[in-house]
Amino acid sequence: MSDILVSEQSAPGPGGSGRPSGRLLEVEDLRVEFRTRDGVAKVINGVTYHVDAGETLAVLGESGSGKSVTAQTIMGILDTPPGFVTGGQVRFHGKDMLRMSDEERRRIRGEGIAMIFQDALSALNPVFTVGFQIAEQFRVRRGMGRAEAKKRAIDMLDQVKIPNAKSRFNNYPHQFSGGMRQRAMIAMSLALDPEVLIADEPTTALDVTVQAQIMDLLAELQRERQMGMILITHDLGVVADVADRIAVMYAGRIVEEADVYELYAKPAHPYTIGLIDSIPRLDEKGQQLRTIKGLPPNLMNIPPGCPFNPRCPMVQPVCREKVPPLLQVGAARASACHFAEELVNRV
Amino acid sequence: MSENILEVNDLVKHYPVTQGVVFKKTVGQVKAVDGVSFGLRAGETLGVVGESGCGKSTLARVLMNLEKPTAGNVVYKGQDISKLSGGALRRLRRQIQLVMQDPYTSLNPRMTVGDLLGEPFEIHPEVAPKGSRRAKVRDLLDVVGLNPEHINRYPHQFSGGQRQRIGIARALALRPEIIVCDEPVSALDVSIQAQVMNLLEQLQGEFGLSYVFIAHDLSVVRHLSDRVAVMYLGKIVEIGTEDEIYERPTHPYTQALLSAVPVPDPTQRNNKTIIRLTGDVPSPISPPSGCRFRTRCWKAQDVCAEQVPLLEIRRDSDHPSACHFAERRQIVATHEA
Repeated sequence: MSDILVSEQSAPGPGGSGRPSGRLLEVEDLRVEFRTRDGVAKVINGVTYHVDAGETLAVLGESGSGKSVTAQTIMGILDTPPGFVTGGQVRFHGKDMLRMSDEERRRIRGEGIAMIFQDALSALNPVFTVGFQIAEQFRVRRGMGRAEAKKRAIDMLDQVKIPNAKSRFNNYPHQFSGGMRQRAMIAMSLALDPEVLIADEPTTALDVTVQAQIMDLLAELQRERQMGMILITHDLGVVADVADRIAVMYAGRIVEEADVYELYAKPAHPYTIGLIDSIPRLDEKGQQLRTIKGLPPNLMNIPPGCPFNPRCPMVQPVCREKVPPLLQVGAARASACHFAEELVNRV
Repeated sequence: MSENILEVNDLVKHYPVTQGVVFKKTVGQVKAVDGVSFGLRAGETLGVVGESGCGKSTLARVLMNLEKPTAGNVVYKGQDISKLSGGALRRLRRQIQLVMQDPYTSLNPRMTVGDLLGEPFEIHPEVAPKGSRRAKVRDLLDVVGLNPEHINRYPHQFSGGQRQRIGIARALALRPEIIVCDEPVSALDVSIQAQVMNLLEQLQGEFGLSYVFIAHDLSVVRHLSDRVAVMYLGKIVEIGTEDEIYERPTHPYTQALLSAVPVPDPTQRNNKTIIRLTGDVPSPISPPSGCRFRTRCWKAQDVCAEQVPLLEIRRDSDHPSACHFAERRQIVATHEA
């Protein structure tokens, strides 16, 4: 039933094969700012990443790093004002979505790119049944009749393993538990068989046992449909389990991009090193945690040079003057640190 | 081992479920905490873990005497705290303090940091004479790693991590013996969470504090705790030292919980087996008969529906476990950091 996308399916793992036209979704040098009463916050300052069919790109970052705003810009749901795109491109199958008409973008949403949100309770409409909200898409976008749309919606609920899908069809969102709501939202976003799924902190609000269920479900559905997935999260544990590639964001920039195994084995940016060192681990006995000192920068007043320089343990004078570009280090990884080479070559 | 400074005996907290507007009648009970017993030793950290709805926050509220228990008691150095009132209760409050989860709502936005931290001394004037309070507050700010110059700032001028430090400073102000921490780091970013965890550890050493550390994050609890209690639907299902719980868990729920925690190491991807629990946590209004975990347990037999398993040391368990079929199983491959 699922009409699998017929496009180049690159193997999971870093691209680097240099076929820019074959990319499913590319973000290039994206810049977004928020114009508020207190000033202009530069939320995204040149983000570049891409995702191919069947692969999972994890975008990792702390609050305020710009990971969710990037996703909102891709989906075209950025609140304007205060948010304004000031530069860059978002290309889907090579076409810049930022220059499309509203009608063209609407056609991509749902069928081309779909998104699931952290908080399913506020993402679902409380006054319509869950079933109606899923079936609506089939009626509006596929022109199906009421009965057929209902059949397809129940089928979707089945696919996300909601028990008694038939009777659950008529439930309202508040009658679902947190995990079930998240499943319903996954069903809704996958209804039109999107080529790319953006999952914005899909399990942050859930308990660990439910989180494991939902991540399994997402991985399984992705495999079946060969979707590209952008997983936005702050959880280094979840990322290690499911990602193929990771992009680490800090102050609206990608500071490091690498294959998942390489990133954990040998991070090539001091921020990534700090992040990995500062998580308590289930399989390690307690020692003093190493921390990153200080706080993330105020986005209205990002420090000159490398935005991480006030917190960096290996800061040098050059870091306060020049913004380090995101450059290749090694075969398929990039780091935005003046001393990336040294970090990669350390023993 | 030093002796217990806080003892919780068979604690029960039920909330009535009512129906009707004018004539309210009670139609059921939410059994939030349903028979919990443990002791807290001087200078130790007892971690309490469990998923949402297991009753761990209600437990914190009863420990703080913010709620009266339905049955059972909490004994601090020989006194039943729920029977105290007036001056005796006020004196007790000096010894047991609370750090709350949300640093954004637990601080009054209209008070400066100086006022927020000075308030405990207004209520307990015997701790610090009036003239020395300002200096005390500056000391507190310094102790938790904030700039004493910021004494006149308001909460909104601080970041989340800094606000949590203010919350900790406020709990410390009266030099308590016990601090109950209810999810103190779960609202914070990873890099800030580590800073606050280190601070809590450092303060414990400095002031000889005992912590009841309530959290849902098993990695955080392992890092900070000496002993750990695992809760499910209002009951403790397993309790033991950090090693006993994390290396030799015997209750199926603990095992499932541990197996579901993602480990930040991609090379472990295929080495671990996740025990998949099906279904959701049952409602605490009508928990299952017998063992409360049986509806999601893969080991459930007839006896599990009939007999409530007691929290006791069992054949294959060196620590108390509330399972008829308690059995050791290694879930986490621990190595020294």
